[in-house]
Amino acid sequence: MNDTSTAKTGLQSEAGAAMKQNRTAEGTVGEVYVDDPRMTCRNVDVYYGEKQAIFDVSLDVGKNQVISMIGPSGCGKSTFLRCLNRMNDTIDICRVTGQIKMDGQDIYDGGLDVVPLRASVGMVFQKPNPFPKSIYDNIAYGPRIHGLCDDKQHLDSIVEKSLQRAGLWEEVKDRLDQPGTGLSGGQQQRLCIARAIAVSPEVILMDEPCSALDPIATAKIEELIDELRENFTIAIVTHSMQQAARVSQRTAYFHLGKLIEVGETDQIFTSPRHKLTEDYITGRFG
Amino acid sequence: MHTSTLIILLLGLMSLAYYFGRKRSLSIVGGKIRDLHSLPSYYGLQTAMWCGIPALILLSLWISFEETVVTGIVVESLPQELQSLPPERLDLVLNDVRNLSKGDIVSSTVDQTMQQAADHYSSLMDISHMALFVVALSVAILAGLWARRTITREQRARNRVEKAINFFLLSSSTLAIFTTIGIVLSVLFESMRFFQQIPVTEFLFGLEWSPQTAIRPDQVGSSGVFGSVPLFAGTMLITLIAMIVAVPIGLMSAIYMAEYAGKRFRTLAKPVLEVLAGIPTVVYGFFAALTVAPFFRDMGTNIGLTVSSESALAAGVVMGIMIIPFVSSLSDDVINAVPQAMRDGAYGLGATRSETIRNVIIPAALPGIVGGVLLAVSRAIGETMIVVMAAGLSANLSANPLEAVTTVTVQIVTLLVGDQEFDSAKTLAAFALALVLFVITLALNMIALHIVRKYREQYE
Ligand SMILES: Nc1ncnc2c1ncn2[C@@H]1O[C@H](COP(=O)(O)OP(=O)(O)OP(=O)(O)O)[C@@H](O)[C@H]1O
Ligand SMILES: [Mg+2]
Repeated sequence: MNDTSTAKTGLQSEAGAAMKQNRTAEGTVGEVYVDDPRMTCRNVDVYYGEKQAIFDVSLDVGKNQVISMIGPSGCGKSTFLRCLNRMNDTIDICRVTGQIKMDGQDIYDGGLDVVPLRASVGMVFQKPNPFPKSIYDNIAYGPRIHGLCDDKQHLDSIVEKSLQRAGLWEEVKDRLDQPGTGLSGGQQQRLCIARAIAVSPEVILMDEPCSALDPIATAKIEELIDELRENFTIAIVTHSMQQAARVSQRTAYFHLGKLIEVGETDQIFTSPRHKLTEDYITGRFG
Repeated sequence: MHTSTLIILLLGLMSLAYYFGRKRSLSIVGGKIRDLHSLPSYYGLQTAMWCGIPALILLSLWISFEETVVTGIVVESLPQELQSLPPERLDLVLNDVRNLSKGDIVSSTVDQTMQQAADHYSSLMDISHMALFVVALSVAILAGLWARRTITREQRARNRVEKAINFFLLSSSTLAIFTTIGIVLSVLFESMRFFQQIPVTEFLFGLEWSPQTAIRPDQVGSSGVFGSVPLFAGTMLITLIAMIVAVPIGLMSAIYMAEYAGKRFRTLAKPVLEVLAGIPTVVYGFFAALTVAPFFRDMGTNIGLTVSSESALAAGVVMGIMIIPFVSSLSDDVINAVPQAMRDGAYGLGATRSETIRNVIIPAALPGIVGGVLLAVSRAIGETMIVVMAAGLSANLSANPLEAVTTVTVQIVTLLVGDQEFDSAKTLAAFALALVLFVITLALNMIALHIVRKYREQYE
């Protein structure tokens, strides 16, 4: 399923074709590499015990870009996303091989400390998971453990700014001392986004952040993602093709643990090159 | 013919009834289960219940009244002079009659009338048994046949069986509840008798405990003082020491097991902790009395402290060791019940393991942990064996853990060991102590359960 890539690129000019050639990887259709990457993944395999969940995936995440990952359930999107901030370390049986670099630094290097890595690669989970603490403490938690604030005033301003960016400030400014678990599902999810951006990460990973939300909250979060792109790099897993089309610049299609096709979002949704991608986005699969 | 034979026969009949009831229901619809209101097995069960339950009820009623009725008939036939004996004497005679009929030892000499009465008694008993046998079996068979005959395709067998099962379960649980109530009431009434002799205030607030009372009026000396404060103080002191040992160690080992330990260590350490929980308390008791207490005493003399050879410290420490697995397994459960999403949230922000535990897991699990600790406290308060052996019997009112103290449970044991009259203040004091102890542990358990339940709701 990999020779289509070379066949189709024949349409491009000679020089262009040569350049594109360098940007492709075996097993994947489309340009997996970009000029200005924040994170680079090369030949990543992931195993849960004996079972292999990700097969030889190579992919770049560009600076100040939103990349969306789509694919049928169980194809390994979450697994791949969790590799990017080493959240898979928390699963005993999970083993990752291959190379993942952030700004040229190998994040699976034995000597690397995961604490600063996770501070600079934040994560928003599929199910909102606020801590059983006050709204204020939920946001302040990250800055506190990373020593990002000098005094109470500074911390207050970080909390306020994060909540504002997540579009939650107006709703909660009068009850910052109430428990975060008392918010509605959509508010909790925005709280978690605010919590993630409070530590000013460079990359934000979002695993189906809108799966539990109504259309209004979803629209708010999509707006937020668009804004965040100015300062952050974002990788988002989603089951909604419309969402992928709305928020992302690049789209990656996963199938059974393999990265099938990557490309500009417009191109993927208008003229997918791989048969599997086409089947999926036209609704014949998954 | 034994009752047990009869019961086995009835059970056999019930399984037959099940078989025939089921078959009958199937034959009514010609094997098409869909046309039946309920599954065939429900018709079988219903038939079996009809077959067994009335017969079993009859059996139990028969057995409980048989003795009285038969005895009544025997008394009727006794000669006049025996019948007119006062009730207690008559009881003795009847007892002899029963023993005689069973071939046991008899208290008085066996004369003609006695022998006759005994023969009469045993023949009546035999008749009664036979009658029971016949009646119970025929009730079972008739009821079973009737139930089988009345099976129709619309009969709501499932609903009836469910109702019957519901009733069984309900009666078992009420049985447990009534037993508890019975125990509490008996303790309560005996304590009331105690409080008629000793004022409640003296018992609750008195500072001296010396339960020796004169058995004969002419004895001198011990008049009995029942101030329970030293006992409760001793209990609290030992419980406190036990908790100081058990809570930190239990909690930390739970945290290690739940958050740090690899699979290999866990599979190894869990069974070991369970072994610790399975050691009988009497073993802990002599470990405390023979090993730990002398060790503390020797250590005390080395550094110039006087430690009595039975000390609150030794008992408390060993009790603490006993409770460690209790605390650690309860805390382990609540820590594991904290959702993984909570941990992921903290790790995803770059928190270290210990930060995650301190700031997220422990606060989330705290209510559950507190509940577990309170349960452990009530366990420590009720513990007896270790303190009997290691803490001593002297009712000192002292906060010094190096001295011998005594606890409520120990005193209950010493009050009731050996010969005693059942209406002396000394014996009744045990019930009063038990009552107060019961109230305290009940309160602790209720608080603990309340906290645990509240915590459960948090993640629903
Ligand atoms: N903790 C785990 N232990 C064992 N296997 C796992 C674990 N997590 C995921 N897997 C397996 O890895 C594969 C990929 O799972 P993953 O959660 O990454 O899928 P996904 O693409 O995110 O699916 P979804 O869209 O349903 O979230 C699946 O086959 C799954 O069974
Ligand atoms: Mg997923």
